[in-house]
Amino acid sequence: MIELLASRYAYALMFVLMGVGMYMMIANQNLVKKLIGVNLFQTAIFLFFVAVAYVEGGSAPIVPTEGDPGAMASPLPHVIVLTAIVVGIALTAVGLALIVRIYAEYGTLREDTLREVRADE
Amino acid sequence: MSNVDLILPLLVAVPILMATVPIALGLRFDRTGWGVTTLTTTALLAATAYLASAVYSDGMVTHELGGWPREFGIQLVADEFSTLIALLVIATATAVLAYMRVGGPRGNTFYAGYLLLTGGLLGLSLTGDVFNMFVFLEIVGLATYALIASGDGPESAVSALKYLILGTVGASLYLIGVGFIFMATGTLNMQVLSEIMPEVLAQGGQNLVLLQAAFAFIFVGFALKVAQWPLHTWQPDAYQHAPDGVTPVIAALVSTAYAYALGRLMYTVFGPEFLTSTPYLTEIVVTVGCLSVLAGSTLAVIQTDVKRMFAYSSVAQFGLVVAAFGLVTETALIGAIIHLIGHAVMKAGLFAAAGVIAVTYGARTVDEYAGLADNRPFVAGGTALLLIALIGIPPSAGFIGKWYIAVGSVQAEMWPVAAVILLSTMLTLAYSARLLEKMYFTPATPVESPHPSGPVATDGGHEGGNGDDAHGSEHGDDAHGSEHGDESAGNVGASAFTDAGRIGRGNPDAVSFGMLALVIVAAIIAVLLGFAGGELYDLLDPFATEVFNE
Repeated sequence: MIELLASRYAYALMFVLMGVGMYMMIANQNLVKKLIGVNLFQTAIFLFFVAVAYVEGGSAPIVPTEGDPGAMASPLPHVIVLTAIVVGIALTAVGLALIVRIYAEYGTLREDTLREVRADE
Repeated sequence: MSNVDLILPLLVAVPILMATVPIALGLRFDRTGWGVTTLTTTALLAATAYLASAVYSDGMVTHELGGWPREFGIQLVADEFSTLIALLVIATATAVLAYMRVGGPRGNTFYAGYLLLTGGLLGLSLTGDVFNMFVFLEIVGLATYALIASGDGPESAVSALKYLILGTVGASLYLIGVGFIFMATGTLNMQVLSEIMPEVLAQGGQNLVLLQAAFAFIFVGFALKVAQWPLHTWQPDAYQHAPDGVTPVIAALVSTAYAYALGRLMYTVFGPEFLTSTPYLTEIVVTVGCLSVLAGSTLAVIQTDVKRMFAYSSVAQFGLVVAAFGLVTETALIGAIIHLIGHAVMKAGLFAAAGVIAVTYGARTVDEYAGLADNRPFVAGGTALLLIALIGIPPSAGFIGKWYIAVGSVQAEMWPVAAVILLSTMLTLAYSARLLEKMYFTPATPVESPHPSGPVATDGGHEGGNGDDAHGSEHGDDAHGSEHGDESAGNVGASAFTDAGRIGRGNPDAVSFGMLALVIVAAIIAVLLGFAGGELYDLLDPFATEVFNE
C-alpha cells in the first residue's frame, strides 16, 4: 500500500484535487468561487493526463534527426491537455460572462441570496 | 472520382468558420446574421444529403485529417448511424431558422453562436476519435450555454450558469474515462479501439479493470449530459428559460447528439461483448433509463408551465433511449436510434408550437391553453398531432421507436422494460391529455375580465399583463375573432417587434408563416415517419449487424 502510494502518488493527488474542486463547486455559496471549483476539477484531470504520459527516465518528446533518443514521454497526452486547457479557458470565460450578467440583474454573487431574490419575484 | 470524403471536414469546418462572418459583417450592416446562417445551413444540408446518398449506397465514408494515420491522427467517419444523425442535425437547424426569421432572437452574435452550435453538433456526430468527441462536446456545450443566456429575462443567465457548471462536470467525467481508455489501450481512435477490445477482454486483468472504470465515468458523464434522472436538474430550467426560438433547436438536437455519442461509445468503442460480459453493467444502464422514464413522466404530469412539461417529457423519452441501449439487442439498438430521430422531430415541433402559442395567444401555462382550438385552429391542430405522436398512437414517429424498443426488450427477455414502456405510454397520455382537453374542450377564459384569472406566470412581467387588460377592456365581448385581429394589427407595429415574443393575448400577426409552417411540417413528418419504420430499419440494419457480428 505504502509502496503503491510512493510510486503512484500523482494519481492519488489527482483524486484529492478533484474532490476539493467538487466540494468547492457544491458547498461554496459564491458563484465565482464555484467556477474556480470547476476549474480546479478540470485541472486535476489535466494533471492526471500529464502523469499518464510520464515514462520512468524518459526525456522530452523532441525527436532529433540523428541518433536514438532513448525513452521519451508520450507526446499525445500533452497535446490533448493543451487542447483541453484551451477548452477550459473558453468555458471559464463564458461562465464569468454569465456571472457578470447575473450580478447586473440581481446585484448579488451569492447563491443563497440569489435564491431568496428569485423566490420573491 | 471519389472525393466524397472531403465533405466530412467541410461539414465541420464551414459552419465554425462562417460563425465569424455575421460578427464581421455586423460592423457595417445590422441584420445579416439570418441571411448568412440560412445560406450556410442550406449549403450544408445539400452537402450532407449528397454524403448520405453515398453512404447509403456504397457504405462507410472516412477521412483522416491532415493525412495522419488513424492511430495518431483524427478520423472523421460517416456510417449509417452517424450520417442519419448529421442529416437530422442539419435539417432541423435549417428548419428552425424559418421560425427565427420573425420569432427571434435576433442579433449577429446570436447567429454566430447558432452556427457554432451547428458545427459542433455535426462534428460530434461525425468524429471517429474519442478525445475529439470531448472537444466537440464542449463546443456544443459552450454554444448552448450562450444561446440559452440570450433570453430576455434574468432567469436565463442563472439557468445557463447552472447548465454550464453541471455540463462541464459531465464532460470532465467523460474526459477521465477517455484517460482510462488511453491508459488501457494506448489509442483514441474508435475503430482501432473496437478492434483491440476483444483482445483486452480475452486477456482480462488490469487493462480490463481500467476499461470498466472508464465505462463507469463515461456513463455517468453522459447521464448528466443527456439529463437522466436524478442528474436532470439543469434541463427543465434551461429549456424553460431559453428564448422560444432557441428551445426547439436545443431540445431537438443537443441531448440527441449526446445520446448518439453515448450509443456510439457503447456499441462501437466498447462493443456488445464488453457490455454483456461486465457484471451488472446492463442492469445498471437499464435501471437508470427506466427510472428516468418513470420519474420524468411523473414530474411532467404535475407541471403547470407547458415548456417545463415538455422538458420533463424529454427526460422520460431519453430514458427510453438509454434503457434501449442497455438491452444490447439489435432490434432495441435500432429502436433507440429511430426513437432519437422521432423524438427530435416531435420536440422541435412541440417547442416551436409552444413559442407560437406564447406569441399569438399569450399562453404559457396549461390553464391558459383553454379555448386554443377555437381561436387558433392551425397551431392547435399541429400541437395535437404532435402530442398524439408523442404518446405513440400508430402511425407516428413515437410509435415505431417504442415498438422496436419493446420488441427488443422482449427478445432480451427483460420484461420490466416492456412494462415500463407500456406505463410510460400511459403517463405520456396523462400529460398530453391534460393539454388536449384544455385546447379542445375547455372554453376560453374571458380575457375581458379586469383581473386576469390565475397568476400570469410568464417572465414577460407586468408589461405583458397590462397589455392584456387594456386589450380586454377595449373589446368587451368581442375579445376573440376577426375584429380582435384587425384591432391588434395596429398595435403590432408598435409593440410586437420591440419585445421578442412577449406580447399579450391576441397578436396573431406577430406570427409569421414560417413559424406556423415549422409546427405543421414537424407534425406531418412525425406522422409520415410512422409509415417509414421499415425503411429506417433497413437503413440502420447494416450498422447494427456489423456491431453485433464483430
